[in-house]
Amino acid sequence: MMRRTLGILCLVLSAALAVGATASSRWEHVPAKDHARANPLANKPEATAAGAMVYRDHCLQCHKAEAQGDGKRRPSLRSERIRNASDGDIEWFLRQGDLGHGMPSWSSLPEAQRWQVVAYLRSVQ
Amino acid sequence: MLMAVRRASLFWAICLFCILALAGRAQEKPYFVTYSQDLEEPGNLELETKSALLRPDGGNRGGAMAMELEYGTRAWWTTELYLDGQTTAQDSTVFTGWRLENRIRPLMREMAVNPVIYVEYENTSGADKTVLEVVGHDGQADLAGPNSELRMQHQHEAELKLILSSNLKSWNVSENFIAEKNLGHEPWEFGYAVGAARPLRSAASGRNCTFCAEKLMAGVEAYGGLGDTSSLTLRDTSHYIAPLVGWQLPKGVRLSFSPGFGLTASSLTRIYRVGFALEFEQVGGWLHHLQGGGA
Ligand code: HEC
Repeated sequence: MMRRTLGILCLVLSAALAVGATASSRWEHVPAKDHARANPLANKPEATAAGAMVYRDHCLQCHKAEAQGDGKRRPSLRSERIRNASDGDIEWFLRQGDLGHGMPSWSSLPEAQRWQVVAYLRSVQ
Repeated sequence: MLMAVRRASLFWAICLFCILALAGRAQEKPYFVTYSQDLEEPGNLELETKSALLRPDGGNRGGAMAMELEYGTRAWWTTELYLDGQTTAQDSTVFTGWRLENRIRPLMREMAVNPVIYVEYENTSGADKTVLEVVGHDGQADLAGPNSELRMQHQHEAELKLILSSNLKSWNVSENFIAEKNLGHEPWEFGYAVGAARPLRSAASGRNCTFCAEKLMAGVEAYGGLGDTSSLTLRDTSHYIAPLVGWQLPKGVRLSFSPGFGLTASSLTRIYRVGFALEFEQVGGWLHHLQGGGA
C-alpha cells in the first residue's frame, strides 16, 4: 500500500517536472494583461540607480557586471530580445523566472524592486 | 613552532579571503520555523546557525543550536544538511544529531499559491532542543529531563511538509503542513507553521546603506502540534506565536531575532531565537573551476 502510494507520488512529481522543464520559451506565454503593463518608475533616473543596486545584489552573480552573461548558460541581458520586450514582459519574466532552465523566480523581491531592475536593464541596452 | 603558527595564519587568511570574495546577498525571510517558497539560488551555498534559548518548567536553562548548510542544487531544488547540538546549565553539552532535507518546487511557474514539497530524514536524539518544528503532542515536559536520559531516546524520523507560499506585492505569506513519522512503530504526528513577513520599505533607495528600511524585514510566525493518527486533536499540544525581525547586512550576512511565546500549558513559556546566516555565491561553479572544468 505504502509502496504504491509512493510510486504514484513519484510519477505525478516527475510528470509535473517534465511538463515544466519542457515548456517552450517563456516569452511566448506572457499574458496580454502583463504584456501591456507600463513601468510605473520609467523615466525616473533614481529608479535606474536603485535598479543597478538591486542588480548588483541579486543578478550580477549570474549575468555578470555588464549584464553580458557568462557566455554559457546565463544569457546576456543586452539583447534583441530584451530590447523588443515590453516593460511588462520583463517584469513578468522576472516574477516567473525559468526554474527548469536555471533562472530563479524573483517574486520574492518586492514588486517595486522588480520595476527598478527593469528600468536598469533598459538603461544598459 | 613559529613555522606552524605562520602556516595556520596563512590558512585563516586564505579562508577569510575566500569567504569575503564569495559572500553575496540574498533577500530571505526572517522565519525560523516556517518555510516559504524561496529556494537557494542554483550554485549558491548558505551557512546558517539558528540558536534557541529556553527553559522548560522543572528543567534547567538551555541553549540549542542548529547549523545548516543549504545548497541550491537546481533553481527548483534545494538540499540542506543540519547539525544539531545543545548545552544545558548544570548539565552538559551534547551533539544531538543530524537531519538531511530536500525541498522541491514541483510546478515550474509562479502561481497565486506555490506548493513546495519538503522531504526530510532525521537522525537525532531526544536531547534535541532546537524546537525547529513542533508536531504531535510535543511539549516542554519532553525537554525537561537530564541530558544523559534524553540522549538515550533515538529518533529516526521521516518528515514530509507541504509548503504553500504566496508573494503578494511586498508580502510573503506561507503555510506549512507537517507529517512526521518515527521509523520505529510510532504513529504519524502532525503539525503546522504559518508566517507572514515583508521588508519595511519596498523600493530600493539606491544608496549604499546598511541600516535602512529596505534592509530590515519584519513579520510574525505561529506554529504548533496537531496530535497524531491515534488522536488528531489540539488537546495537550503546544502552540507558539513569534514576532520576527531580520536584518540584511553587507557581504551576505543576515541576522534575525525572534522572541516566541507559548500559548498553551504544555508549551514553553518563551523561546528566544537568534539566526546568523552567510551566503556564498556560485560555489558550484567555483568548485568546478578548481577542478579545471569551468563553470
Ligand atoms: C542563479 C543564476 C541566475 C541569477 C541569480 C539570475 N539569473 Fe537571470 N537567467 C539565468 C539563466 C540560467 C537564464 C536562462 C534561462 C533560460 O534559458 O530560459 C536567465 C535568463 C534571464 C532573462 C531572460 C533572458 C532571455 O534572453 O531570455 C532575464 C531577463 C534575466 N535572466 C534577468 C535576471 C535578473 C534581472 C536577475 C536578478 C534579479 C537574474 N536574472 C538573476 C540565471 C540567473
